[in-house]
Amino acid sequence: MTKTLKREEVVAARGVRVTFGAVKALDGADLVIHAGECIGLVGHNGAGKSTIVNVINGGLTPHDGSLTYSGREIHGISAARANGVRCVFQELSLCPNLTVGENARIMHAELKGWTWRNRALSLVETQLKDIFPGHSIDCDSTVDDLSIAERQMVEIAISFAGIDKRPKLVILDEPTSSLDAGLAAQLMAYIRKFVGEGGSVLLISHILGEILSTSDRIVVMKDGRVVADRAASEFSTRSLVEAMGNVVREQEFSRSVAARAGDAVLSMPPRRGHGLAFQAWRGEMIGLAGLGGHGQTEALLDLYLDRNSNWWPKRQREIAFVAGDRGLNGTFPLWSILKNLSIASLGQLATNRMVDRAREETLGAGWKQRIEIRTPNMENRILSLSGGNQQKVLFARALATTASTVLMDDPMRGVDIGTKQEVYEILRSEAANGRTFIWYSTEMDEIRLCDRVYVFRDGAIAAELVGEEITEKNVLAASFHEGDAA
Amino acid sequence: MSLNRLLIAKPWIWSFAATITVWIVTVLFTGGASSFGLSQAALTFAAFSVVVGIGQMFVITLGPGNIDLSVPATMTLSGTLALKLMDVQDGMIVVGLLASIGIGLIIGIGNYVLIKALRIPPIIATLSMSFIVQSVAIWSNRGLRIKPPETLASFATSSLFGIPNVALVALILSIIAWVLLEKSIYGRWISAIGQSTFAARMAGIPVDGTRLVTYMLCAVLASVCGYLLASFSGGAALNMGSEYLLMSIAVVVIGGTAVAGGNSNIPGIWGASLFMFLVVSMLNTYGFGAGFRLILTGLIIIAVILLAGGRQSLR
Repeated sequence: MTKTLKREEVVAARGVRVTFGAVKALDGADLVIHAGECIGLVGHNGAGKSTIVNVINGGLTPHDGSLTYSGREIHGISAARANGVRCVFQELSLCPNLTVGENARIMHAELKGWTWRNRALSLVETQLKDIFPGHSIDCDSTVDDLSIAERQMVEIAISFAGIDKRPKLVILDEPTSSLDAGLAAQLMAYIRKFVGEGGSVLLISHILGEILSTSDRIVVMKDGRVVADRAASEFSTRSLVEAMGNVVREQEFSRSVAARAGDAVLSMPPRRGHGLAFQAWRGEMIGLAGLGGHGQTEALLDLYLDRNSNWWPKRQREIAFVAGDRGLNGTFPLWSILKNLSIASLGQLATNRMVDRAREETLGAGWKQRIEIRTPNMENRILSLSGGNQQKVLFARALATTASTVLMDDPMRGVDIGTKQEVYEILRSEAANGRTFIWYSTEMDEIRLCDRVYVFRDGAIAAELVGEEITEKNVLAASFHEGDAA
Repeated sequence: MSLNRLLIAKPWIWSFAATITVWIVTVLFTGGASSFGLSQAALTFAAFSVVVGIGQMFVITLGPGNIDLSVPATMTLSGTLALKLMDVQDGMIVVGLLASIGIGLIIGIGNYVLIKALRIPPIIATLSMSFIVQSVAIWSNRGLRIKPPETLASFATSSLFGIPNVALVALILSIIAWVLLEKSIYGRWISAIGQSTFAARMAGIPVDGTRLVTYMLCAVLASVCGYLLASFSGGAALNMGSEYLLMSIAVVVIGGTAVAGGNSNIPGIWGASLFMFLVVSMLNTYGFGAGFRLILTGLIIIAVILLAGGRQSLR
């Protein structure tokens, strides 16, 4: 760091804190970017990478700490843009109904006057040729007609392009996620060229190979803090994975020894035609690990929807689901806590298809006590509960059914540690009684509670870990493309 | 404060309060002479709106976008075919009723096939269905006006203890609908679907099956209403359903059912149906022309929806 101090600071974020409710997204993070360097930023999902990017590009105002562009303290998206900060987002942000040239106009307000279309076109074409020589994108076509890789290329080109002045800092969030190896190599070469000419790049990627080969300096984030900030040459794939991980704690419980009786209760062929097949036996607790958004939720939904008719009610529920995204597919906001709890087990609470209120109330009272739902009255509306308690209701909804298999879609998001411990206890005892749990979690501590873990990568199962093999290191190693190192 | 809370908890009170107000104003204008006749007429005509309104309410409960615009055409076809089939014979009354229920079932299935198989939004699917149904009605009617069987006609037009028979039929159907909505698993399911279809699916509810049944229920209620209305008015006419398109939706909304779905109530449909009839007859007694009456009816509906919207956002 001392060497680089003499260089011009493009952006400096120091001691930045950002909180969303009770969640500390950034907890005093420092990130200083100098002119003429490429910084690799790595870390788990939820480590705070996207948040710090949003702070730097002006989208989020930090609640604490300082943020300066070229030494001046200013905030806001337009201030960031005026200081030459450009951002290519992970979720592609082009307008699909406009042509490539028109999209360039949105990013570059300087394209004014009668001939802006022609100038926009030549701007993008030149830039595309610079970065991806030999590409075959027709810049007159609308973005709709481009493949996902071509869209990503266009977005990168538009961000690097400059009319009056070149951008000072380009933030690339997972730029190669839909590019093949050849295009990715072209991009990496261009980044080196851009940096050589005095620009800066902040590169976020889960492909450690390209981070190691392209960056000058690597910043590792964890739990909203920067935990390592060293020259890239001091890292190897192994040490980088270790720097990202938590300290592995001692196992405080014993896993059930694999006693596979009979056939698998659930199975699924390899997804997207590659990777491993999925199988689950009675009484197992199976973790779905890997980086967020690599197909775990889709796998759970497929497992569930394949076994649940959309037309006829089933007499016997085989499978239940605990939502992680409560607002999307969990709670019924107009209803009371009790109705939210009982909805999945109405069949067992009814005589002649009429709901028996007395039995429903008994069920509600039982679960209120067992899982400690903190409310004076189960007739209160579900939204009167805190997030963690709403989540408990969703757990109770699934556990109250007769289903032998319970799918859980990262259900502990935003749940406090005390509640987690209570729920873990219940899960363990239910598993001991022969229930099968399939648990997608982004938290390593929860993955380590499982008997067996499937690690997902790019929508398919990349690895299976059993018992003692379930360590943070192994999960991380299987989650990442190891690039050339593999 | 507690009055406020009561009004918020029971949104149907609004429609009844409005009904009573309009009733008093109308009766005062005529010097009290018409109070019994007005009440009877109100109950009779409200009964038809109640029957179609209940069906529409079940569909609207399914959530945003769900609506059945084939109600008028279904009424017309059911009335036409049932009267034709009964052919003025008293012995055919039950057969005619079963036939009209059958027509409702087929139209309901047809509606949902269009919605599901062709992935057409309900508003367009049921509208196109209504063109087909109306054309069948025109083709089978050919301008003939067949009378209802004598017994059926006298049943539809007479009263029991001063309450019109059609109102009693509507009351029985309302009670069944109320039990279905408040007590049965099916009622829970449609409310859950209306709040969040995805969450309902993931809670193990057979969403498509439930929606199909609901569209069938709505069409059956519409065709039963057509059967009753044709018998009441002495024959089926091709335009007999037309005013019930707006009416079936208006009574649901004015009655306090959430337009966004998931929350519905049946007493409000009664209040709203009586209210809608009384407003029209009040304007009649004041001597307003048909055009002005329609404008005012439209304005009243808009005003109620605005007020209802304001009420909900307060919660």
